[in-house]
Amino acid sequence: MPDDNDTLLDVRDLKTHFFTDEGVVKAVDGVNLSLKRGQTLCVVGESGCGKSVTARSILRIVPAPGRIVSGEISFRGRHGDRIDLARMNPRGRDIRNIRGREISMIFQEPMSSLSPVHTIGSQLMEAILLHLPVSKGEARKRAVSLLDLVGIPRASEQLDAYSFELSGGMRQRAMIAIALACEPQLLIADEPTTALDVTTQANILDLIRELQEDSGMSVLFITHDLSVVAEIADEVVVMYLGRDVESGDVDTIFHNPKHPYTRALLQSIPRYDSLAGERLYSLKGTVPHPFSRPAGCPFHPRCDDVIAGQCNTNDPQRYSISAGHSVRCLLYAAEENRSVVDTPA
Amino acid sequence: MDFEINPPSESSRPLLEVRNLHMRFPIKRGMFRRTVGFVKAVNDVSFSIRLGETLSLVGESGCGKTTTGRCIVRVYSPSAGSIQYQADEGESVDLAQLDSRALRPYRRQIRMIFQDPFSSLNPRLPILQIVGESLKVHGIASGSELEDRVALLLERVGLRPEYIRRYPHAFSGGERQRIGIARALALNPKLIVADEAVSALDVSVQAQILNLMQDLQEEFNLTYLFIAHDLSVVEHISHRVAVMYVGKIVELASTDALFSKPLHPYTEALLSAVPKPDPRLRNSGARIRLEGEVADPSNPPSGCYFHPRCPYAQDRCRHEEPAAREIRHDHWVACHFAEELELRGFEAIGSSPRMGQAR
Repeated sequence: MPDDNDTLLDVRDLKTHFFTDEGVVKAVDGVNLSLKRGQTLCVVGESGCGKSVTARSILRIVPAPGRIVSGEISFRGRHGDRIDLARMNPRGRDIRNIRGREISMIFQEPMSSLSPVHTIGSQLMEAILLHLPVSKGEARKRAVSLLDLVGIPRASEQLDAYSFELSGGMRQRAMIAIALACEPQLLIADEPTTALDVTTQANILDLIRELQEDSGMSVLFITHDLSVVAEIADEVVVMYLGRDVESGDVDTIFHNPKHPYTRALLQSIPRYDSLAGERLYSLKGTVPHPFSRPAGCPFHPRCDDVIAGQCNTNDPQRYSISAGHSVRCLLYAAEENRSVVDTPA
Repeated sequence: MDFEINPPSESSRPLLEVRNLHMRFPIKRGMFRRTVGFVKAVNDVSFSIRLGETLSLVGESGCGKTTTGRCIVRVYSPSAGSIQYQADEGESVDLAQLDSRALRPYRRQIRMIFQDPFSSLNPRLPILQIVGESLKVHGIASGSELEDRVALLLERVGLRPEYIRRYPHAFSGGERQRIGIARALALNPKLIVADEAVSALDVSVQAQILNLMQDLQEEFNLTYLFIAHDLSVVEHISHRVAVMYVGKIVELASTDALFSKPLHPYTEALLSAVPKPDPRLRNSGARIRLEGEVADPSNPPSGCYFHPRCPYAQDRCRHEEPAAREIRHDHWVACHFAEELELRGFEAIGSSPRMGQAR
C-alpha cells in the first residue's frame, strides 16, 4: 500500500451493502481508488453503478440499511497521521471532526441540500463556528470573504439572503462556500453541475479548479458526464455495478481505454465530427437490476468481447496494464507478464 | 422578427410555420389577484419546420423553448401569433385559433415525448392502456385489435410485446422512454415534439434512444421539433438549430453552419461552454465567460436582451432591438453586428484519434 506523504486518500476494496427486506444490494462491491494531494479524481459511471454510495461511504453518511461491510478508507489527517475512516463509528465524535473540517461535500441539488429556513450566512457561519475557535463577529467576516471568493456579487448583502432567492448557479456557489468554510483537504463533489446549464456549469468548473489551485485541496468528483471528466480530471475511475472496472490517468482512459465498458461509454457520446445521420454506438441491454447481478464479470451479458465459458464464471481481478492503469477484464488476464494488482482478501 | 425560411428549392411548403408567436403568463399579486405584469415566456418567435426534418430549439433554462413546444401541441393557448400547420388535404390550418373540439383531428398528428420518463407515465395503468389509450379515444381500435397494435408498437420501439400487461415501475428509465415513444407513435403522427427526451438518460441509454428516434424518422418520415439543452446531442440529431434567449430566437441556421460559423455572440458563448469529451482539447481555446445572469423575462433589458452579458456590446445594442436578418443563405441572426464580428465556432476535432476504439 502506498504510504507516501502525497497520497491523501486511499480506498481499498471497499464494500458497502444495503440489507433490505428483499435481499442484499451490493451497491459498492470492491472499489479501489487513490487520490494524491492537489489532484482531481473523477469517479464516472451510469446511474446505479455505486459512485454516489462510494462518496458517501468515505464521509460515513451512507443511509440505513446500508453499511460498510469490508475494506479500508485510509485518510491522511491534518497532522500527518493515517486514519481508517471505515473503522470509525459513523455517529462518533471522531468522524464529526472530519466532516466539514477535513472532508467536505457538495451535492447535485443545491436547492434541497441548503436549508430553506436559514439564511446563507447562518448556514455558512454554522460550519465555521462548529470547527474553528473564532468569535461570531470573526465568523461573519470570514463568511463574507468566502462568498466573495466563490464569486457571489454583493457578498455582505447576500449573507442575509435565503437559498430560494438565489439562482441555481449562485446556490451552487453558496454550497461551495459552505464546503470550503474550514479549508478542507478533500472536497467531494457529487454531480455538482448536473442540474445546471452549460454556461453555469463551465463557470462552476472553473471556480472549483481555481480554488483548488489556490488552496491545494484534493477533489473527488463524481459524475456521469464524460465530457466533464475530460475537462477536469487528473485521474479517472470508471465504475460499473459497484466495481471499479478501469482506472488510470485521464489521458489513458480517453485515448487508450482497455475495458470494453469504458470503450462503449466513450463511443456512445455524440461527437462533433460524426457524419450526418451516423448511428451512435450503443451498448446492448440495460444495467441489470441490483438483485440479479450476473455471475462472473458483472458486465459480461452486455459485452461484445465476451469470452464464452470464462466471463460468465470467473470474476476478473484488477490486472495492471501499466503503472497507474489497471483494468478488471479477463481479456487482459491471458497476456504474459501481467501482474495482478494486489487486493487484500 | 421574421424567421421565414422557405426557399422553393429546399421544400415546397413547410409542415409547420410559426409566425410571431407570443406567450405571456400574468403575474398576480395581492388579495384580489390583480395582474401586475407579464412573464413574456415566448416573445415574437417565428420559424418553420420542413417535412421530415429535425429542428432543434436550444437555450438555457427559462429561455422559453419548452413553452414554445407546448404552444405548438396546444397545451397552452398562445397569447398572439399563428401556428400554420399543413394538414393532410393540402390546406393549412392555424392551430393557434382552434378550440379544443376543432383541434381533435390535429392532436393525432402532433404528439409529444416528455423529459422525465418517471412522471410522464401513469403508474396505475398497464402499458397496454398507456400506449393504447389514444387509439381507444380516437376510436381506432379496441379489444384484441388494440392489443395487437400495442404489441406491434412495443416491438417497433424495442420492447418485448409480452410486457403489455406490466406497469411502468417494472421498467428502467430507458425502457420507459421507449414506452413514451410508443405512445407518441400510436396514432401515426407527422410531427413529434420531443421535450428534453434524452436529458434524463445515461449516456449509453441516450445513444440507444437517439438511434431509435433516427430510425423511426426514416421509417415513417417523421418531423421532429427537438427541444434540448445538450448541444452535443443537438448537433448529432438536428438538421437545423434555433438558439433561444429570453423568449426570442437569436439565431437560426443549419446545424453545420451554426456550429462551425455562429453569427450571434450568445451562440458563440454557448458553444464555448460545452466541455469537449477529450482531455487533450482542454483549454484549447479561451472559454467565453458570460457575466451576470439570464435576464428576467418579466422585465427584460432595453435594446438587445443579450447586451448586458455580451462581450461585444456597443451603445447601439442598449437602445435598439436588433431585427432578425438573413445574413447568409438560410442563416438568420438577430444581432446588429453580425457581419462585423469574427466569432469562433466549434473547433474541428476530427483530427484527434477517435476515442474508445483503440485497444
